[in-house]
Amino acid sequence: MASIYAGLSTSHVPAIGAAIDLGKTGEPYWQPVFAGYEFTKRWIAQHQPDVVILVYNDHASAFSLEIIPTFALGCADQFAPADEGWGPRPVPVVQGDAELAAHIAQSVILDEFDLTIVNRMDVDHGLTVPLSLVFGQPAAWPCRVIPLAVNVVQFPPPTGNRCFNFGRAIARAVQSYPQQLRVMIWGTGGMSHQLQGQRAGLINQQFDNHFLDAIGPDPQSLVRIQPLEYLREAGSEGIELVMWLIMRGALHERVQVLHRFYHVPASNTAVGHLLLDNQV
Amino acid sequence: MESRHDYDDIPGTTVFDAERSRRGYHLNMFCMSLMKAENRAAFKANEAEFLERFPMSPEQRQAVLKRDWNRMIELGGNIYFLAKLFSTDGKSFQFTAAQMTGMSQEQYAQMMLAGGRTPDGNRSKSEWKNRG
Repeated sequence: MASIYAGLSTSHVPAIGAAIDLGKTGEPYWQPVFAGYEFTKRWIAQHQPDVVILVYNDHASAFSLEIIPTFALGCADQFAPADEGWGPRPVPVVQGDAELAAHIAQSVILDEFDLTIVNRMDVDHGLTVPLSLVFGQPAAWPCRVIPLAVNVVQFPPPTGNRCFNFGRAIARAVQSYPQQLRVMIWGTGGMSHQLQGQRAGLINQQFDNHFLDAIGPDPQSLVRIQPLEYLREAGSEGIELVMWLIMRGALHERVQVLHRFYHVPASNTAVGHLLLDNQV
Repeated sequence: MESRHDYDDIPGTTVFDAERSRRGYHLNMFCMSLMKAENRAAFKANEAEFLERFPMSPEQRQAVLKRDWNRMIELGGNIYFLAKLFSTDGKSFQFTAAQMTGMSQEQYAQMMLAGGRTPDGNRSKSEWKNRG
């Protein structure tokens, strides 16, 4: 039987990917960001997943305005890094797990979460920056990855409550998969940031720190946060944080926080990262 | 027709909802076309001519040619699509964000290093109205 043994959340700032790709991780500006992932890198080397279900959003790379799926599950064998306008990132092709993905799709749809099945999709920095942060620069990613793309570009994204319940359905799907697999779920994006308009540069450290503190022991308090509050408090792009709630919903009621990290800024964004043990 | 939403009260913020998405469709699809190297080359060779390929409004075309980012957003542009345009120009998110806020890139970068723009005083249009 497959099981989800841990959850992870992290921001997916594109400038972090550029810093890695251009060899700038030791620079004074970037060093504190990467230092925040050292614990997780060591831990995951000792607790390797077979598969990561990676919740992220596409940034007008695979999906334009022609099709805007709220939840899209990558069911292909492979996903190429997207050319986001300056050439694809020099990172390995992502290997999927088509069999588990198909099982999840079938299970959650029968569980009344009507997601979109995607058999061809390039993956942008939203997916590849978290992989780089955790696995560094290997010749091949050390595990299979099932991309789960969530629309947060066109308002409204799914509510936090919907995301949390969707996470629960994913956990049920994984548990009913007959193969022995060690699965992690990652929720990415955030934390507070606003990239547009005269209010660009908004950072809300109080909101972010509360979110980091509460998501382990008391996710129900975060599930109730309404879209307006995300926009106002965490910035127009900070609403990406609903994706962390899919990750949290897929874990048990009780989890142990193994690692917590928060740093401002990476480019325009507050960086947050948690590693949650699901075996307590 | 402009409908009213609770999020319209957030100052300096344009929420990219279904209505704005509809209004900005061709502007954003123009930006999307810049994902392809040959389109970037054609656009750089003659911007106005390239824009003719997309049924955008004259205001949208002008905003693109002037790189008036706030105006593009007002006319239905979305920042992740506009990113294709400023990337074609060789500019960063931080450069563009600084432009939108009316700050120099250096001032903006300093603000971010100092912890970013605080939400205090920036939550409601009424707070901006009361500023000196």
